[in-house]
Amino acid sequence: MAKVFKQRNTIIVLIALAILFPLLTTNTYFIHIMSLAFIWMIGVYGLNLLAGYTGYLSLAHAGFFAIGAYGMGLLTVKAEMNFWLAMLLSLVITGIIGFVVGIIALRTKEHFFAIYTLCLGYIIYLVIDKWDSLTEGVRGLIGIPAPTPIGPITFETEHSHYYFILFFLLLVVFIMYRIVHSLSGRTYIAIRNSEDLAQTIGISTMKNKLTVFVISTIFAGLSGALYASFVRFIGPDIGNIAITFDLLTYLLVGGIGTLSGPLVGTLLIVWLSQMLQDFQQYRMLIFGPLLTLLVIFYPRGIAGAISSWNQKRQMKLAGKAASANARVRKTGEILPDQQAKEG
Amino acid sequence: MTFLETKNLTKRFGGLTAVNNVDFAVEQGKINAIIGPNGAGKSTFFNLISGFHRPTSGQVIFKGQDITKLPSNKIAELGVARTFQTTNLFEQSTVLDNVIVGHRLRTKSNLMDAILRTPRLKQEEAQCRDKAMEVLEFVNLKNAAGKLVGSLTQEEKKRTAFALALATDPEIVFLDEPAAGVNPDETEGLAELMKKIVEKGITVCLIEHKMQMIMRIADKIMVLNYGEKIAEGTPAEIRNNDMVIKAYLGGSASA
Amino acid sequence: MEILIQQLFNGLTIGSVYALVALGLTLVYGILHIPNFAHGALYMMGGYITWMMMTDFGLHYWVAIIISIIVAGLLGVLMERLVFHPLREAPPIHDKIAAIGIMLFLEAFAQYYWGAEYQSMPTPYGQVVQIFGLTLTMQRILIVVSAVVVMLLLYVFLKKTFIGSTIIAMSQDREGANLVGINTNKVAMLTFLISGGLAAIAASLSAPINLVFPGMGQLVILKAFVIIILGGMGSIPGAIVGGYILGFSESLGATYISNDYKDIIAFIILVIILTVKPTGLFSRGGH
Repeated sequence: MAKVFKQRNTIIVLIALAILFPLLTTNTYFIHIMSLAFIWMIGVYGLNLLAGYTGYLSLAHAGFFAIGAYGMGLLTVKAEMNFWLAMLLSLVITGIIGFVVGIIALRTKEHFFAIYTLCLGYIIYLVIDKWDSLTEGVRGLIGIPAPTPIGPITFETEHSHYYFILFFLLLVVFIMYRIVHSLSGRTYIAIRNSEDLAQTIGISTMKNKLTVFVISTIFAGLSGALYASFVRFIGPDIGNIAITFDLLTYLLVGGIGTLSGPLVGTLLIVWLSQMLQDFQQYRMLIFGPLLTLLVIFYPRGIAGAISSWNQKRQMKLAGKAASANARVRKTGEILPDQQAKEG
Repeated sequence: MTFLETKNLTKRFGGLTAVNNVDFAVEQGKINAIIGPNGAGKSTFFNLISGFHRPTSGQVIFKGQDITKLPSNKIAELGVARTFQTTNLFEQSTVLDNVIVGHRLRTKSNLMDAILRTPRLKQEEAQCRDKAMEVLEFVNLKNAAGKLVGSLTQEEKKRTAFALALATDPEIVFLDEPAAGVNPDETEGLAELMKKIVEKGITVCLIEHKMQMIMRIADKIMVLNYGEKIAEGTPAEIRNNDMVIKAYLGGSASA
Repeated sequence: MEILIQQLFNGLTIGSVYALVALGLTLVYGILHIPNFAHGALYMMGGYITWMMMTDFGLHYWVAIIISIIVAGLLGVLMERLVFHPLREAPPIHDKIAAIGIMLFLEAFAQYYWGAEYQSMPTPYGQVVQIFGLTLTMQRILIVVSAVVVMLLLYVFLKKTFIGSTIIAMSQDREGANLVGINTNKVAMLTFLISGGLAAIAASLSAPINLVFPGMGQLVILKAFVIIILGGMGSIPGAIVGGYILGFSESLGATYISNDYKDIIAFIILVIILTVKPTGLFSRGGH
């Protein structure tokens, strides 16, 4: 019980920090970077729900990010639709495309799924790049509007836009938390563990995987829609496979299959890259090997390493030497039980 | 009406006939066993019944309903459970967490319930937890509920797998080599557990290589060899069947 | 009619390159069951090394290619040792991520070391020849002929030499190969060596037509995956046939459908295949 209490306090402190952040700095550039980091986090959560909790590594998520962004961009700029309606519609569009794609893609497994989604991401990129008459091709879309005011609340300043994005991030984290700690979350983890076993205990794996896939793509689409309205300009590059790899790096550094991983990984890498600005272009010189070393030595990233370190310590304290040994032996593997220990 | 039966069940993989024209009726409320040399098609037979493979021809009938073409999760919903030879459990999770999800198929809460944390979800979570504790107690693992599956002995893992199958509220359980990799004393314990399952009114059907155990606990035995049924009957009948003796001595007798 | 024949020849050229890349990919898949996403980066490195040897060191085209084959092959071996070997027992998601990490690193490395610009590779075979009324460059003829020679050599190596037959044995049954005393580690390294070498040959042959740049491997590797799914993962004849099929479809598609979207053809083929058969064409049934 004390643990739950402590966890709740941590969450409250984090939210308070996020809310106070714009007041703590006078540098609007920092607020800008933080807003961007929040946007990426939403996409990373999408990837995490699918790859981390359900075991399907999608390499098409930059594509869904781009669909969300272009949906937003085209509906507001070309169709001159109301901002909020455009946002809602772009999520619906992403979800529908995700649903159709998912029906086909999820019949495949492991290697085939990864290759399939990799190619799919490329198709989405190529269509955006080549379909000039709709997407303006390489010229990109400019002048995507900021959110229109809701009553007295406006979103013109960096500050207000920051809170606007933070709201969606908190919503996504909240939804993730609820999903992971529910029967549905248990169902997804069971599928990740063994689809055969899940199926024999009466779980409709296809239905569950499809649900996860659609939510996952909607998160990516939301991330893209927010990006479009925040940066105001989008080009085909946002659908490039490199974006998927960025998301994947954030997820793996933070900890795949953990709730705090996307926060930790994204914050760390986005800020690190900012400090090494000139380095941005060559970031993969470090992130590439980092990704590889992580899966070999710390497959559960920072959040995973911390939680298993905590568990080991607690077990030692409790003097349960026998079970601690078993835990140590197993920490080399991906995604141990998170639902009870980490949140 | 027969409880569960197969009619002319056949499965071919390419040119290989793994199961050939097998008629078999499971006796309700009894321990049924399927034996045979390695590669006789026993596991394939299980996979056909539990919906993992589509038979090339033939039928599987459960309580008068044709379940041949149903997906395995639907078959599980009807009350047919199974375990795997390699238990396939989630090793990094606790015994309880592994077993809780076993009752998921009897619950209705969906993603919206999860996000809104509705009373239905709370009630069903409690229901799943109670069910898990109930079956863990039944298989004598109540005290190990909080342990990680990875730290269990092979025999405890088998019991956990039993518990998971029982958590689905089945009418029949198919056990794929439940005593493989388990020492003789522990095998005895698992045999007792199987009897206990039958006493509870759940039919048992198992594949096993440990002949002594089978001969002692089974009420009915079917022998497969090269995918074909070569004998069927009580342990006494099987023991004296010439065909069976020949199959075991002539083939790759690994039993 | 002339356009058709010209395009068929182009298809043969592109198909030859695809087949060589797909061969390396399928060999590795057959042995280790790893979809090596970093294979395209080996292709890119192969292209750059040949280019560098020629422009910076003034070496002859063929000498440069041989060095490139060795370097790319050794890079492959290094990958196997440092990354895939330690991960062979890990969950299936890991090796894919690790391979992606290597790919990102090598691309960033190329960009850092050689720059992001497109480089053109000189070739001693720039002449244009007229055969049966067709206008062909020597380089294209060279690609087609060399690819056939390489495939024949590979065939002889796999079928007629002992060491080659161990690769075949291991791809059919890893544990069995281990039991009969084949050193599976050595075979895995050898396979990566050949795979890297094949990628380098393909890149060096096609670079004079297609330019050299850090991202040159991305599209090729995606298409190679489509090819080996088309031809059956791990199948050697499948990779060759699949490579030519894709080459022809692309060159004909570019002429008769749309040049802009020719790159999409491969992916449409893939979508169709996996929609109809989620485990790929020619997958073995049963367990």
